[in-house]
Amino acid sequence: MRAEPAEVLITYHFRMPKLVYLDNAATTWPKPRAVTKAMAHFMEKVGANPGRSGHRLSVAAARLLYQARQEIAALLGCDDPLRIVFCANGTAALNIALHGLLRPGDHAVCTSMEHNSVMRPLRALEQQGVLVSIVQCPPSGELPVEAVERSLTPRTRLVVATHASNVVGTLLPLDQLVEVARRHEVLLLVDAAQTTGAIPIDLRRTPVDLLAFTGHKSLFGPPGTGGLIIGPRVPLQEFPPLLQGGTGSLSEAEYQPDFLPDKYESGTPNVAGIAGLAAGAHWVRKHGVEEIRAHEEALTAQLLSGLKELAGVTVYGPDDPSCRLAVVLFNVDGQDPALVAHRLDKEHGIMCRPGLQCAPIAHKTLGTFPKGGVRFSLSAFTTRRDVERALRAVAAIAGPQR
Amino acid sequence: MKATATILLFPSVSHVLRAESLLKAKGVRCTLIPVPRTVGSDCGVCIRVAPKDADMAAAALREGGVTVFGRHEI
Repeated sequence: MRAEPAEVLITYHFRMPKLVYLDNAATTWPKPRAVTKAMAHFMEKVGANPGRSGHRLSVAAARLLYQARQEIAALLGCDDPLRIVFCANGTAALNIALHGLLRPGDHAVCTSMEHNSVMRPLRALEQQGVLVSIVQCPPSGELPVEAVERSLTPRTRLVVATHASNVVGTLLPLDQLVEVARRHEVLLLVDAAQTTGAIPIDLRRTPVDLLAFTGHKSLFGPPGTGGLIIGPRVPLQEFPPLLQGGTGSLSEAEYQPDFLPDKYESGTPNVAGIAGLAAGAHWVRKHGVEEIRAHEEALTAQLLSGLKELAGVTVYGPDDPSCRLAVVLFNVDGQDPALVAHRLDKEHGIMCRPGLQCAPIAHKTLGTFPKGGVRFSLSAFTTRRDVERALRAVAAIAGPQR
Repeated sequence: MKATATILLFPSVSHVLRAESLLKAKGVRCTLIPVPRTVGSDCGVCIRVAPKDADMAAAALREGGVTVFGRHEI
């Protein structure tokens, strides 16, 4: 992944001139052209309900779903594509896991860097009698794994952790979490919404029990796609689905199928979206997660060092770009983040996300609550020139430089 | 009457497609067909193989960890 081919692609993508999109942690844009084409192909040429009817178009639709499972399985080192359950987004995947696995009296552990897609289900479960411990991270956002281990009790059923903070990009140590969870025989749920497709993940090497991903971020699928990968240590008989309904399988039975993926995939799926997701995941595999990561890490280093040179700008999170995603949080001293973001957009054509990014607990950890911060988030399509423009814009807003 | 085809039934269409990809990887010829009314009540699809290939197919699927719901000679 080099800056030049990405720029060619961007031009190809009829992207409006003079706009710089740095809100990729919310959703990536632009998408590879193949994603739009795959979605249009389904709508125009296939259209049928997958696996419900047995005719050629129904089988063709089922094949699109299966190809998406194969693409994601290949990308993440998952041995069995049928362990991938598709759902509406990362939030849905996390809710399936949290509400399905935790009962009153169970204990769950999470980190102080979680997104509300983990915190809100956990807080709701807490009101029903689930015990919740939150492991405090330092202001850099790095997770002290020994504190996770100390918080485990005989009643702990689940450890849930984000793979990387959506606010400040800090990567959490997945391999160490897997080791602790296995040694203490508790299940590990990882929120990989920000990292799937952006950071190499190999489930053979780091066998996470439940991995929740979203389709529309670094996998470059459309919004409305996501999934949960359910590992072999998860006892399906003690893991009810959130929804019951038609699956196209075992039609004679009035009870929900007990096998993967059907148990957790009731109702007609978003085949157009998942066809786009397959194309996005294929694009990522073709370019290589390692290459995309190297591209984004280089741009993150450029962005971090440029912001730190500016007077009147505070940057949060770890200094080392290899310890974080291409997500950078900063504030312009004495200015409201929302007004900074508004000026970036209106005066400089730079789109980003101010505020709390749906993660109040992470901002409390960083010491930026309730003000929040301005977040720049990059993608495989971001170029060095985009970062230079963003830096010039922030410099202009921050005022006279020394 | 001699069987002309072996029908392999699976829990769902996702399993049928996983089975198909495993069989193709092993070079076993197979076809997806709607489940014949005589062998199942479901409305989905199943896999048809030649009777001479049936044992090889069953072994490949066992090795790949795919559950065969039923096997019928028709």
